[in-house]
Amino acid sequence: MGITASNLTKVYGTQKAVDDVSFEMNTGEVLGFLGPNGAGKTTTMRILTCYLDPTAGTATLDGYDIHDHPEEVRRRIGYLPEDTPLYADMPVIDYLRLSADLQSVPEADVDDRIQEMMDVCGLGPERHKRIGELSKGFQQRVGLAQALLHDPPVLILDEPTTGLDPNQIAEIRELIKEIGQEKTVMLSSHILKEVEMTCDRILIIDQGRIVADGATEELQQQFMGGTRLRVTVDAPGDADVDGALENVEGVASVQRSNGSYELSAASDVEPAANVFHLCADRGWVLTELTPIESSLEDVFRDLTETPDTPEEMSSRAT
Amino acid sequence: MHAVWTICKREVNAFFDSLTAYVLLVIFLGLSGTFTWLFGQGDIFFVGEASLDIFFQVSFWTLFFFIPAVTMGMIAEERRSGTLELLVTKPVDDLEIVTGKWLAAWGLVAIALVFTLPYYVTVAQLGPIDHGATISGYLGLLFISAVYVSIGLFASSLTGNQIVAFLLSLFIAVFLHLLFGQMASVLPAPLANVAEFLDLQGHFQTMSRGVIDAASVLYVVTLTLVGLLAATVSLKSRSWS
Repeated sequence: MGITASNLTKVYGTQKAVDDVSFEMNTGEVLGFLGPNGAGKTTTMRILTCYLDPTAGTATLDGYDIHDHPEEVRRRIGYLPEDTPLYADMPVIDYLRLSADLQSVPEADVDDRIQEMMDVCGLGPERHKRIGELSKGFQQRVGLAQALLHDPPVLILDEPTTGLDPNQIAEIRELIKEIGQEKTVMLSSHILKEVEMTCDRILIIDQGRIVADGATEELQQQFMGGTRLRVTVDAPGDADVDGALENVEGVASVQRSNGSYELSAASDVEPAANVFHLCADRGWVLTELTPIESSLEDVFRDLTETPDTPEEMSSRAT
Repeated sequence: MHAVWTICKREVNAFFDSLTAYVLLVIFLGLSGTFTWLFGQGDIFFVGEASLDIFFQVSFWTLFFFIPAVTMGMIAEERRSGTLELLVTKPVDDLEIVTGKWLAAWGLVAIALVFTLPYYVTVAQLGPIDHGATISGYLGLLFISAVYVSIGLFASSLTGNQIVAFLLSLFIAVFLHLLFGQMASVLPAPLANVAEFLDLQGHFQTMSRGVIDAASVLYVVTLTLVGLLAATVSLKSRSWS
C-alpha cells in the first residue's frame, strides 16, 4: 500500500502540465521524482496531496482514493511544499503544536510527538525562536518536523534541499534515508546527485510525461552504454593523435576538448590497454588515462534536453 | 469543529503577536471615543440625553473601515506566502478554515466593543439610559460586523494582494452600507422596497432603537453565510483553474 497513480492529467488552459502520468510505489520505497523546472513535478505532488484536482485520472494513497476520501488521504500524508511555506511569525514549538492539532494527533501524545520530532530534526535549541528568525536549513527542518509529526505512512517532499548549504543538504539527506526505511517517501528534485544518493527508485518526468521509471542502478546501466575514457597525450606537434586514437581497437568515437581526448568505447570492450600500447609504440607520453564515470546526469540530460518529441523519448525509456 | 477552534486560536494569537490588533484597537477606540465624547457638535454632551445612539452611529462607520483592515490579510497573505498550500493539505475542510478565520476576526471586533462598555457604564451614571436600546444597539453592531467580516474574508480569498482585498471588500460592503439606502430613495416603488430591505443601515437603525426584527436577523445571518460559502468556494477554486 503505497501510492498508485493512474493516468493523472492536469491541463492549465491549453497547456498540459501533467500528461497521463501513471506509476506505482510500495511502502519502504524512496522514490526520486526528477525533472527540469516546469516539468510537472510540483503539479503531480499537489494532485497527490489533494491540493489540486486532476483534470483526468486518479490516484490512491495507502488505499484511499484522492477523489472519494480526500480527508483520509491528507491524514496519511506528510507534505512539505516547495520553498517551505511556514508561519514566520510563530515560534517553532507553537507551530508544531498547531500542526499536531490540525492533524488531530491525540491530545495525550502531542507533547511526546513534538519532543520526538525536535530530537529527530535537531530543533531542540531553537524551539522558542520564531520561525522567521531561523536559518533556511532550520526552517527546512521545521518543515520536515511538521510533515513527520503525525507519523504518516506516506511522505511527499517537494525539493526538500533547495537553498541549503552542502552540510545541511547532507544532513537532510541522511534524515530522509533514515525515514525512508519504514515509510513511503516521494521527493522531487532537479539535482541528480541527490536523487542518486538518496533514492531506491527514480522517476524522470519531462513536459508532463514520464520518460523513465526504474531502480537507480537499473537506469544507470540502461542508459550509460560503454565506458568512457579521458586521455591526455604529450606528443610531438606533427603527430596525428586523433587519427591514431580513432583506430584503436574498441574505440567508437573520439572527442577533443581542451587538449585532452574523450574516448567512448564500444560496449563490453575496455580500450585502456590498447591506448597505452599505442602510446608506448609511438613513443608518446601518456599523461592522463582516466575512466569517466557516467552518472545519472547523462541519463537525465539525454532524456530531457534533446528536442525529441515526447513519444520518441518514452519509447526509448521503456 | 475542532479544526475551526484551532484555526481561530492561531489567528487570534497572530493578531496579538503582531501589532495588528493593538493598532486597530487603538484606532477604533480613538475614533469612536473622539466622536462620541469630544467632537463638540453632535457628541453626547451636545445632545444632552443619556443615550449611546451617537456612539452606535459612529461605530457603524468606524467598523465599516476597521473590519476590512482586519480581514484583508487573513487569506490573501497566506496565498501570497504559500502557507495556504500547507494549511489546506492538512485534513481540514476549506469551510472549517474560513469559519475559523471568521470567528477570529469577529472575536477581535467583539473585544473592541467590550472596551467600549465603560461608555455604557458612564452614560448610565449620567442619566436614565434605555438599557434595552443600548443592548440591542450592541447586538446590531455585532450583527453587521458578522456580515462585514464574512465579506472581507471573501474579498481576501480572491487575491494575493492585501490592498486589493481591502478595496474589494469596501466596494462590496458599500452597497449594503450606503448605496442600497440611496437607491431606495430614488427607485420606483417595488424596486425601492427591495432596496430598502437590502440596506443594512436601515436594519441597523431599527436595532439601535431597540427593535430586533426577525427579518433583520434572518437577512444578516443569510448575508454572513453567503459570504462564508463564497469564500470557501473561492478557496476550492484552486482546483479548477
